[in-house]
Amino acid sequence: MDQKKKKSYLINTAAIALLYLLFFVLIQTKTINNYFVGIMIMTCIMIIMALSLNIVAGFLGQMALGHAGFMAIGAYSSAMATKAIVDAGIEMPSILLLLVALLVGGLVAGIFGILIGTPTLRLRGDYLGIVTIGFAEIIRIFFINFGPTGGAAGLKGISKLVDFNNVFFITVIVAVLIFTFGRSKHGRAIISIREDEIASESAGVPTTIYKVLGFTMAAFFAGLGGALYAHYQAFLEPSKFAFMFSIEMFVIVVLGGLGSLTGSILSAIVLTVLPEMLREFSEYRLLIYSLLLIIMMIFRPQGMLGRSEFSLTDFIDKLIMRKNRKTTSDGGEK
Amino acid sequence: MSVMQAKDITMQFGGLTAVDKFNLTLEPHELVGLIGPNGAGKTTIFNMLTGVYVPTIGTIEIEGQSIIGKKPNEIVKMGASRTFQNIRLFKDLTAIENVKIAYHNFIDYNLAQGMFRTKKFWSEEKKAQDECFKLLEIFDMGEYADTLAKNLPYGQQRKLEIARALATEPKVLMLDEPAAGMNPNETAELMKTIHFIREKFDITVLLIEHDMKLVMGICERIIVVDYGKTIAEGSPAEIKNNPDVIRAYLGD
Repeated sequence: MDQKKKKSYLINTAAIALLYLLFFVLIQTKTINNYFVGIMIMTCIMIIMALSLNIVAGFLGQMALGHAGFMAIGAYSSAMATKAIVDAGIEMPSILLLLVALLVGGLVAGIFGILIGTPTLRLRGDYLGIVTIGFAEIIRIFFINFGPTGGAAGLKGISKLVDFNNVFFITVIVAVLIFTFGRSKHGRAIISIREDEIASESAGVPTTIYKVLGFTMAAFFAGLGGALYAHYQAFLEPSKFAFMFSIEMFVIVVLGGLGSLTGSILSAIVLTVLPEMLREFSEYRLLIYSLLLIIMMIFRPQGMLGRSEFSLTDFIDKLIMRKNRKTTSDGGEK
Repeated sequence: MSVMQAKDITMQFGGLTAVDKFNLTLEPHELVGLIGPNGAGKTTIFNMLTGVYVPTIGTIEIEGQSIIGKKPNEIVKMGASRTFQNIRLFKDLTAIENVKIAYHNFIDYNLAQGMFRTKKFWSEEKKAQDECFKLLEIFDMGEYADTLAKNLPYGQQRKLEIARALATEPKVLMLDEPAAGMNPNETAELMKTIHFIREKFDITVLLIEHDMKLVMGICERIIVVDYGKTIAEGSPAEIKNNPDVIRAYLGD
């Protein structure tokens, strides 16, 4: 680890701590009400969903339109797990219970990622898109008809374990892990498949393995997102995980910039908060939202940040020292 | 023992026989040229040797081990690396990242070590960075290390592709028209580079080329194919005067 890296780690850690402190004070002093805290929790969950989808859509460069399916699997499986633990009367601190929920949700979704990814990843582009839509629909319809999880009426009585404090740090950890994943040799191999699959294979990269790995990682983190969602809402219904929800996540990723994690974070914040802010305009809400998307795609088709990452370190360098911006940006998860 | 041996490889696409009973033996440290008119089947031969196509009939061995049915990435591991006629770089990645991807199999850390950035990650990444940078420097491309591949000048892109192929530490380096689109100066420089890397890395080089000056200038042995068949084989001097070759290139 060289000096520059250390500095950038320090700056980012400080920035995250400051951000948390800011929200903490705002919540404690009741400057922001519970309704807004709810939006912030949902934003964090959507950030996790967008980041995980970015592994497939951005790094691997594949069209995946069934992300809500993996989220549903994570949500239901983790909810069933914690319900079973609570019903069995096993006492454990809520943070531990949440960890169990995350682990179960992530792993079960990850296993489904391997199961779905292995046979379908020989398809690409729109064909893969259609298959993933089909998969997500099967999951949704399964949960509508599956008695033990409440069917169409929904699953009630899930322990509410998620609050802003833990969801904030889980989001930060997920963001950091996906970021470091993208910059490891595994991430590089996955990105090389997006760039040119034939060249990647000729460079000695086992492309099939890495495609499945990328897909599985995305499913795993989507499962985490689902687990958080289940234990925040304390209630699950299959209709939430419909096709439009997958599309919504895809839109977030595209708008932030395919392959840009900071872009995904930014765009998840904007696209989750914006519809809430537009509530005052009630009937024009969806119109404004759609119009913004269209304008964005016309004037900036590569997304807010394109493929580049926003680096806080470079930003500060530029601001204070008026240094020339380096092309090699590292650090800057938030 | 020969580094690479192909026996009677034949490739048929439907009713068309693109390559017919082609034979090739590459000895260690050789520099062999594969030439022929357009559509003679040169690139098809390359694709068979690198596992992109599986020959309809015939055997291919690298140091005595058959590569038939193996995937391109497995063949790379066995020691055959290639470049492409139409450059295939990872365009949106930097030059050094391009090389690092090919260096992939020599970087030794697992998924968790990579995500949690353990000591092993840092030391292995540093090793990769140093080795790949060295490789770029051999091609005088050190200054371009952090330039996106798509922004490199054409000649540099060609060189980067060769550097990337070398990062897999091959025994046989196969170059598909490395001088295509280069000006005479760049071609002359490329000739020097190819010579140099053969000495430096002690590898066998097989190259497809249209530029006769390059082929005649550096190859020790030349194989001429036409209509999928070998029509002549020998030293540059022998090839120059071979009536069959003259006929294939100039017509009767």
